[in-house]
Amino acid sequence: MEQVNQGVRETVYPQAAHTFYRKLSQIALSAVTPIAAVSVALACGAVLLWLNGFNGLDAITVMVFGSFQDMRAVGEILLKATPLILIGAGLCVAFRCSIWNIGAEGQLYAGAIAATLVGTSLDGLSVWIHAPLVMLAGALAGAAWAGIAGYLKVRFRASEIVTTIMLNYIALILTSYLVTGPMKDASAAYPQSARLVREAWTPRIVSDMRLHIGILIAVVLAVALYIFLQRSSRGFALRVVGLNPHAARYAGMDVARNVMVAICISGAMAGLAGAFEVAGVTHRLYQNISPGYGFEGIAVALLANNNPLAAILSGGLFATLRSGSEVLQITSQVPQVLVLVIQGIVILSVVAFAKLRDILRIVA
Amino acid sequence: MSNKPFLRIDNIRKRFGPIVASDGVSLEIEEGEIHSLLGENGAGKSVLMSMICGMVRPDEGEIVYRGEVVRFNSPREAIRQRIGMVHQHFMLVPNLTVAENYILGQGSALRVINDMDKVHARIRALSDRYALDVRPDAVVEDLSVGEQQRVEILKALFHGIDLLILDEPTAVLTPQETDRLLSLMGDLVKDGKTVVFISHKLDEVMRVSNRISVMRDGRVVHTVDVGETNARELARMMVGRDVRMELPRSPEPAGRIVLSVENLTCRAETGLPAVRGVSLDVRAGEIVGIAGVSGNGQTELSLALSGLLPVDSGRVVLNGKDITGLDPARINASSFSHIPEDRHKHGIVMSLSLSENAILQRYDQAPFAARGMLNGRAIGEHTRDLIKRFRVKSRDENQAIGSLSGGNQQKLVVARELARNPDFILVNQLARGIDIGAMEFVMEEMLKQRDNGRAVLLISTELEELFAICDRILVMFHGEILGELPPDRSRLDELGLLMAGKTEQPALAG
Repeated sequence: MEQVNQGVRETVYPQAAHTFYRKLSQIALSAVTPIAAVSVALACGAVLLWLNGFNGLDAITVMVFGSFQDMRAVGEILLKATPLILIGAGLCVAFRCSIWNIGAEGQLYAGAIAATLVGTSLDGLSVWIHAPLVMLAGALAGAAWAGIAGYLKVRFRASEIVTTIMLNYIALILTSYLVTGPMKDASAAYPQSARLVREAWTPRIVSDMRLHIGILIAVVLAVALYIFLQRSSRGFALRVVGLNPHAARYAGMDVARNVMVAICISGAMAGLAGAFEVAGVTHRLYQNISPGYGFEGIAVALLANNNPLAAILSGGLFATLRSGSEVLQITSQVPQVLVLVIQGIVILSVVAFAKLRDILRIVA
Repeated sequence: MSNKPFLRIDNIRKRFGPIVASDGVSLEIEEGEIHSLLGENGAGKSVLMSMICGMVRPDEGEIVYRGEVVRFNSPREAIRQRIGMVHQHFMLVPNLTVAENYILGQGSALRVINDMDKVHARIRALSDRYALDVRPDAVVEDLSVGEQQRVEILKALFHGIDLLILDEPTAVLTPQETDRLLSLMGDLVKDGKTVVFISHKLDEVMRVSNRISVMRDGRVVHTVDVGETNARELARMMVGRDVRMELPRSPEPAGRIVLSVENLTCRAETGLPAVRGVSLDVRAGEIVGIAGVSGNGQTELSLALSGLLPVDSGRVVLNGKDITGLDPARINASSFSHIPEDRHKHGIVMSLSLSENAILQRYDQAPFAARGMLNGRAIGEHTRDLIKRFRVKSRDENQAIGSLSGGNQQKLVVARELARNPDFILVNQLARGIDIGAMEFVMEEMLKQRDNGRAVLLISTELEELFAICDRILVMFHGEILGELPPDRSRLDELGLLMAGKTEQPALAG
């Protein structure tokens, strides 16, 4: 189609201001979709609650704002946001490379196992060494777990959707086996590992709150991944591989290496999230250490339109809804199933609005 | 009704956001004619026809069909009025059979399954009548592009149409398939159908049409009878100026050998032998053409040279260095540029910006990258320079390349490849799917490269393109080079024979 000369606009704005104006309108436009999607989903949720005999509007208000009672409550939201931001931002990288890693949950468990091993076995190290070592172990284990699926894809063209899902089951069952068998704390009746030594714990931000420095690390890493994807040469190659692998090969990019890099980054982020759950929250490995953070992370990345920077906000939002739903259960006996349905509607509506935006973009 | 036109389009306007696609188009189609719609990319041909067949609704103006004002809300309504269109991108479900595709969305599923034998019989009858070779039980994804197109045409006939619109049908066809299609159009008209043929290939339009309308900038600028015009005049109408198909060449003799290919063989992705012992040399300051009907190993030859397809045997030597079987990154770095045959597959990333596409191979090299980070300022400057020098019609360098016309996309690919300052340039289909203005421009650029001492290998199925700029022409048939000819139009017959695989013994001896 012929391009229309936009000379008028260009004469009114000098180049810099013009670019700034366009950037700003782009950002505004990209923010419209998630906001609209979440609003519509919450409205649907309100109707759903009302149909079930609850005061929908009140319930939704509780769900969104109910968890902001005091600093401690905000700390709890941020604690939940930590794994969601880590996993969401990591998955943004994989999804940008067109790697459909559905295995963040398994990679989280792999990270948690490795963190527990390092956190329980070594002794007498300073917190400055032991705590980072635990994080590193988690990240490496997550990357390795994801790397299995990556290798199978690169070597045998096995669909990573299938392999990562299967690896989820293996990681979960392996965790169950470990905490009931070899790693079980002998003195405990409940299946759990021994407690991590104190120096391995992720340091807290304020001593009387559970919130640990993981949230800061999550935000810093999300920003770093954004810069990596958008501004670095390697990030560029990764995006080209995701958008058009044929053109990537033509341009001399190593498709297999980029696929491995992308899936391992997402795995490392999930593994780190697992390490924080063990070293920062529970201090022991349990069978059900994650309430599905690995799957919710997919929705976080989706809502963020695969932008790691936006994953900070969308991770925060999903954590808020999660906390709010707990408040809602306590205060108004709304069953958790209903809350899960509302979260599902949020995800569906995000997908629908993203599709709508693509359609509008084609027409315009 | 006899005096009224079959279809009249009156002052139609259509805007897509800021883009004016149809700017007051008027056009009359008469019953039983082949009416060609000629125009450069982006002239508004496809949009106009999409409005006639109900895909797009016009903002203003009216369509009068058989004396009545019509307003279609969907292609189905248009089909009900016996108007059908075959789009450039086929509207077929790949994993269904031909017959299943035809009955999609046609009434209740249960009834249709009962009638399936009848459907098959009718498809066979129609296929025989027009010699289309369409089997109703063939699965669409197993068919070649040419076959899929015949399936699309038969689909329109199956639904019973009187007016058939073909949107650039020959762009994807081999010369033989094109001939076949053009004669099919004649058969359809003999049966009382009316055909609108969208194209920008002058020779085809001249061969087949009764009348020709030329579109430019969203308007019909001329409608002429085919007997009253010629290709040169049509070309001038399309671009609004004269096109020189004779490009002046300096008589510089060719220099040293830059690229030398010895006995190269490789297989296609299917595993079948595609290139069977090709040897050729390309010297500095010459353009060597490879002519041939598509599918004779040209695609595989270019992919093998550029490292995208494994080489089975033979050698490729560039500037005295053996580059056989190297990966594309190292070949790219060996002063080798490649303007690929399939632009959308290899050449560009549609959703990325012009800037990002301009540095596709050099994203990690100075000045576009420093310490692992992209240098936006240097990339922007470089791209703006390319846009200016190659007159790429675009808003700015941040625009997605997919929103440009094909000609402008190709200009950016050519600009990028030439900006890498190569000694050797491999070109496969320089001017495929681009308009005459852009075609002439890129051809002149190639000649400039030749005069600057670059070696160019131009693979093309368009003989005009080869005659216009090559110094010598090799003919490829069945994976082999059958012979060499000078770019002399008087020896067209000889060339045609070679392209058909016929070598004469005396010619080999001499």
